[in-house]
Amino acid sequence: MKRFSRHSQNASSPRLVNSDSVANKALVFVIAIMTFLGTLTGGAASLVRDASVEWSSSVAREMTIQVKPLLGRDLLADIALTRQIALSSPGVLQAIATSKEESSAMLKPWLGSGLELGDLPVPILINIRFDRSSPPDALTLATNLKAQLPNVVLDDHRTWASRLYALANGLVAVAFVVLALVLAAMTLAVAFATRGAMAGSREIIDVLHLVGASDSFIAKEFQRHFLWLGIAGALSGGGVAIASFGSLGWASRSWMSTPGGDQVEALFGRFELGYVGYAHILAIACMIALLTGIISRLVVRKQLQKSP
Amino acid sequence: MVRFENVGLRYGSGAEVLRDVSFSIEPESFQFLTGPSGAGKTTLLRLILLSLKPTRGLIRLFEHDTAALAKDEVTSIRRRIGVVFQDFRLLDHLSTYQNVALPLFVQGKNESSFRAEVLELLRWVGLGERVNAFPPTLSGGEKQRAAIARALIVQPELLIADEPTGNVDPSLARRLLRLFVELHKTGTSIVIATHDITLMDQFGSARRLVLGDGRLHIYD
Repeated sequence: MKRFSRHSQNASSPRLVNSDSVANKALVFVIAIMTFLGTLTGGAASLVRDASVEWSSSVAREMTIQVKPLLGRDLLADIALTRQIALSSPGVLQAIATSKEESSAMLKPWLGSGLELGDLPVPILINIRFDRSSPPDALTLATNLKAQLPNVVLDDHRTWASRLYALANGLVAVAFVVLALVLAAMTLAVAFATRGAMAGSREIIDVLHLVGASDSFIAKEFQRHFLWLGIAGALSGGGVAIASFGSLGWASRSWMSTPGGDQVEALFGRFELGYVGYAHILAIACMIALLTGIISRLVVRKQLQKSP
Repeated sequence: MVRFENVGLRYGSGAEVLRDVSFSIEPESFQFLTGPSGAGKTTLLRLILLSLKPTRGLIRLFEHDTAALAKDEVTSIRRRIGVVFQDFRLLDHLSTYQNVALPLFVQGKNESSFRAEVLELLRWVGLGERVNAFPPTLSGGEKQRAAIARALIVQPELLIADEPTGNVDPSLARRLLRLFVELHKTGTSIVIATHDITLMDQFGSARRLVLGDGRLHIYD
């Protein structure tokens, strides 16, 4: 009471809806949880989207040619011819064959260490890098290779990338659905809290009406009250979400330096949000605070319309 | 200013609380509304304040038919009426100053435009030292005076007071009546609902509206 009194005496317009109640504190807590869940979902969607953009960007400037060892053919000559054909294609900048050591490192997680590649018919991969603005025609390059080298396969990653991209888009869509459900649940919580606050303030509303307050004025008072609750809840929830993503980013930076971490990073990218991701979290928190104010105003207006 | 024609009111499916009530309140008039407890005095005042709708009959307030009023018209009519409730109805979480200034706050007026006026009125009703006190710490008489000050601050055309001297000693009751008489001299119409015959005798020239058995009898 003392805290409220001091505040209201200093304000030019007193707070007409009593802000000291257990229900208010519970609502701030609910809004904080909803904001945390909402921003967590939004942040996760942002991570997935960033990873998919990274895949697309890598795929957009690389292709791989697989040279299979074939009985009766000189593998080294085939590699040299493949590189020559690839480099003669317009737009191709580099054609780098993987060394035995690199192939051994790639196969190590599946076949173990101490691998002797000479004993196995392991294909050699040639990584083709090209200019993104003028990529080579994959079909023509594949035809040219096939004409001279029956043991060569060109993989332009498009099938693989399109599947991953569809998966990423699906995950982002699911995140939006979850966010919408969180917002719907929060809308219901605020609507019920507003009705509860109105029931608890029936006497105040009655007096306000009788001293000449319009419905719009009363709705504005409730909106002001719930907007502050929304801001308090959204900032708390958003703050915890930002701290969580920050901690996750820090933890992932330490973990990514391990061999397993490198594989995960290659596939999923870094667990770091970046400025855009944090901006999304702040935007979601602001939207939830605003939504809280707007919902309370609408509920109050609707309830007051029913009164005589 | 106020005109009731054959007004009847019943709560739910019960018997009529008010029956065929017809009267008018003219500008600059002074009247007491009296009758036994449960006669319907507060109900009649609530009809004037538009917080109840009649079951039948016609009520006109400031030349408006109340049956056809839009919400914003109800608000503008209420701003022309000052009201002192029997149970004061001060807001406990607001200071005495804020309670008295409430009708001005809700009209969106800037505090700097009325602060001096509110403080002057609080001094006039003897609450100059209780400006920052909160209703739970005020005595019954102080609450009564704060409620009266809240009704007067907008200089209403019509003042309605429900048992305004019910919680005060005879000396303060006389002072409060003088306050209403002073207000009446400035052109405000006054309706005071009371049981207090002594109070009514102190202003014998006032019209008396007497409620009994749901009907209204007028003694000019």
